[in-house]
Amino acid sequence: MPIYSGARILIESLLRENVEVVFGYPGGKVIPLYDELYDAPIKHILVRHEQGAAHAADGYARSTGKVGVCIATSGPGATNLVTGIATAYMDSIPLVAFTGQAPTNLIGTDSFQEIDIRGITLPITKHNYMVTNVKDLARIIKEAFYIARTGRPGPVLMDLPVDVLKAKADFIYPEKVNLPGYQPTYEGNYMQIKLAAEEINNSKKPIIFAGGGVINSNASQELTELAVKGKIPVVTSLMGIGAFPEDNELSLKMLGMHGTKYANYAISEADLIIGVGVRFDDRVTGKLETFAPNSKIVHIDIDPAEINKNVKVDIPIVGNAKDVLKKLVPLIKTIERKEWLKKIREWKNNYPLTYEINEDNIKPQYFIETLNKYCNEDRIVVTEVGQNQMWAAQFFEYHKPRTFITSGGLGTMGYGLPASMGVQIANPGKTVIMIAGDGSFQMNVQELATISNNKLPIKMIILNNGTLGMVRQWQELFFDERYSATMLENPDFVKLGEAYGIKSMRISKLNEVEVSIKQMLNHNGPVLLEVAIPLEENVFPMVPEGASIKEILEPKNKVIRKEIQGEIA
Amino acid sequence: MRHILSVTVNNQPAVLARISGLFSRRNFNITSLNVGETESPEYSRMTIVVEGNKDTLEQVKKQLYKLIDVIKITELNQANMIERDMAIIKVNCGKKLRNQVIQVVDVFRGKVVDFSPESISVEITGDENKINAFIEIMKDFGIRDIVRTGIVAMDREINNKVVLNS
Repeated sequence: MPIYSGARILIESLLRENVEVVFGYPGGKVIPLYDELYDAPIKHILVRHEQGAAHAADGYARSTGKVGVCIATSGPGATNLVTGIATAYMDSIPLVAFTGQAPTNLIGTDSFQEIDIRGITLPITKHNYMVTNVKDLARIIKEAFYIARTGRPGPVLMDLPVDVLKAKADFIYPEKVNLPGYQPTYEGNYMQIKLAAEEINNSKKPIIFAGGGVINSNASQELTELAVKGKIPVVTSLMGIGAFPEDNELSLKMLGMHGTKYANYAISEADLIIGVGVRFDDRVTGKLETFAPNSKIVHIDIDPAEINKNVKVDIPIVGNAKDVLKKLVPLIKTIERKEWLKKIREWKNNYPLTYEINEDNIKPQYFIETLNKYCNEDRIVVTEVGQNQMWAAQFFEYHKPRTFITSGGLGTMGYGLPASMGVQIANPGKTVIMIAGDGSFQMNVQELATISNNKLPIKMIILNNGTLGMVRQWQELFFDERYSATMLENPDFVKLGEAYGIKSMRISKLNEVEVSIKQMLNHNGPVLLEVAIPLEENVFPMVPEGASIKEILEPKNKVIRKEIQGEIA
Repeated sequence: MRHILSVTVNNQPAVLARISGLFSRRNFNITSLNVGETESPEYSRMTIVVEGNKDTLEQVKKQLYKLIDVIKITELNQANMIERDMAIIKVNCGKKLRNQVIQVVDVFRGKVVDFSPESISVEITGDENKINAFIEIMKDFGIRDIVRTGIVAMDREINNKVVLNS
């Protein structure tokens, strides 16, 4: 039995968890750990801000399904991780964060760079630890990884006092975890599954509502089988994008505030909603009292607390989406559902996603559509948050899970750029496209250095409208066009990119779009492409916050807009 | 509606913070919360009194179960549980009234725990109603100070038919 320091135990444990890469930023309290990393066969990516480390680890996790790992020092290092941890928490992403801490004998004395990071992250972690005895370290790491990746995945934080990293102990990596209070249910109750199958077979207008849980549990194939066999149309949440191929005729793309009109109509008219790995977020349901009024709801989720939390469920099935769907599919009859599918086709034909194109400028929707045309299947889109994110969700087509990486639940501006680093590192052979707005891009712009240093061939697109577009849009529609603090005076993004040694381009004319996209995709390294888009372009369709999801705003109907505004105000 | 939960948790630092944090961030209303070690020092038992309707209670239980440190949750049935609250009450009481106070204390099976020329301190245990009733009576004498533990509760052992009167 070898005797190792805490830092060495940590490294050895990471190796046993098959960790290949960690994202971090050193500091005083984690020097012993970095000293061990120096010789370890684990890749360390030095970010420029700890928030970048957390988002990068999160992107790595989302695109692979593996646990992402990040490291920060005590105090400010640890607090800088907080937004990244919260982002992962809201979207159920497996992440393990290590933070340095003051030595145990100084804890509680407000010593230098000491902060109660465990206390701070209690509400945004699935679980967290402070390791006060080196003898517990290996066991706790084992538990942390197990908790992060099993059940409903989520972030786990481990706070490591520096003396624990230096202290020595026998190294035994446990084979099993012993957590009597943590027994996630994977297998759905078969009686409930049978009941659900009956409901599906008896329903005339069923619809599948697929969420991030389908992607997390790698259940896309089973979900597709269910839809195709039962001839059931599919809508997804933002997190569920990619769970079902969008070129399938049963796909209605995204639902909710900026979802397609036909998805919102279809779910409103359905007689049965089969929710899989979704939490019925308010961005999707709109006003709850008017959500799918004539529908029964089957809800499949690994987290019992999601059942009946936001909507009343008729048939709850607690379990892993993959396991449950595997049992459900054989019980489903193929029913033609001609009328229902015809109606849906009509909606799709009558209310497609549209925008006006003109010669004077580049519409972001046009740019994204064109980009989609030139990208092969081996690409992953990462977005920032705001209008850019919604356009990327609407006008790009996603056919595979883990190809659309975005901060859903928390809506974290500054997520996309660092997340794309994790995605690119996890997928060296794929084209990683990062779509940003000028506002969100600047929230973690320092990571350009990390991208440049590591020669990560990320294609970075800044849809530049010189404004915080989504907030501006709300101000236009709901706050009498009072544009308070939403106009940005931006730097020269091309010069900025070049300062980091990154190939950078700017386009502002329609005829430059295709050329620049080809150039960007053909370039062998990172590219920054700034696309000037019109300031006043809004994301439509749009359901105002608090309205029913059938009350959909479109560009032209300012009158209706005012009416709805009055109603919800 | 009042619900009483008996929750077995790991006896570790930060567990109380996890539980109370959960209640505040989900906007659940706790009436009282008590913790103490169980027969096995690995675990503590909490008696949590929650206000809320059926849906709130369901969420409270499910969210509690999500915490890794929560081992078991039992919702106690008001008809089949042993429930105790304890209070220490300091009452204004000169020599003249002393006998009168002690009489009431005896009726309520309380215990006098401290005397001074001007006051008397009494310990009383029982269910919430009994304590409330006692406090009402003591108000006539003038209460100087009250400290209450909140409820601790446990299931009755019905299976073995050992049901004692409280």
